[in-house]
Amino acid sequence: MTVVQYALLGSAMFAVGLYGVITRKNAVLILASVEVMLAAVNVNFVAFAVFLPDPRHAGQIFALFIIAIAAAEVGIGIAIILMIFRNRRSANVDELDMMRH
Amino acid sequence: MTVTLSEWFSEAANWVFLIIALPTLFSAFKVVSTTNIVRAVLYLVVTLAGTAALFLVLGAEFVAWTVVLVYIGAVVILFLIGIMITRAPLTSASSLSHDLSVRLPAALLSAVLFGVMAWAFIDAFENRIIPFGDDATRSAALAEILFDRFVIPFEVVSFVLLAALIGGIVIARRDPPEEPGR
Repeated sequence: MTVVQYALLGSAMFAVGLYGVITRKNAVLILASVEVMLAAVNVNFVAFAVFLPDPRHAGQIFALFIIAIAAAEVGIGIAIILMIFRNRRSANVDELDMMRH
Repeated sequence: MTVTLSEWFSEAANWVFLIIALPTLFSAFKVVSTTNIVRAVLYLVVTLAGTAALFLVLGAEFVAWTVVLVYIGAVVILFLIGIMITRAPLTSASSLSHDLSVRLPAALLSAVLFGVMAWAFIDAFENRIIPFGDDATRSAALAEILFDRFVIPFEVVSFVLLAALIGGIVIARRDPPEEPGR
């Protein structure tokens, strides 16, 4: 197996996640798109951890850190979305323009 | 160590890669494009399970099972709870995604980003193959490195998780009504 095939898969998933972050309106789905981007980064980290002769497996360790940070990010993100929904009755990010008026 | 295209297709592991990677990419695309919000999250499960399977192919067993436990077991459930509490519209496509005037530039931007990254990777690594060791990365070896070389980042991450736990409770909690006479 070549390392480029994993890198290409990671690039494609990252680009797809970016497309989702830009086009989605619902806040929960934007978070889901961010998760796709983080998964793409994890694919790259683990592939290069196996590819490079690193006795410390730093790529796999960093993938574990990314998973932990992503879990924290989703927890806070969902809490903020719940708070906004309670006050505005909507999870649509286009309607969250109260700081503009 | 390099490989030609015919040699690449004659190796069974590469067919396994294709069988896992193509559905993963397809479901990643469905996560950002489907019109049903619950299906989008369930496609996210397929995407994450595909990455976990690829980690197993690469021999990164601990990371693979961590993805299954943390992402598929916890994060996806959190997403579903978030969807159900915010009562998102289950079928109307117009309120989930922007229309074509946003989608076309976004698709162009994503395609350009993928093109640049693909060109950079192919230019840098061409067709060098991954040198696999005798067996998978042992969890014991990973643990020794995590609690030795990376122990300070590990502690910092544990504080981040604690802060996220407390912050999530404080943000999402309903404030009790103010008692009169205070």
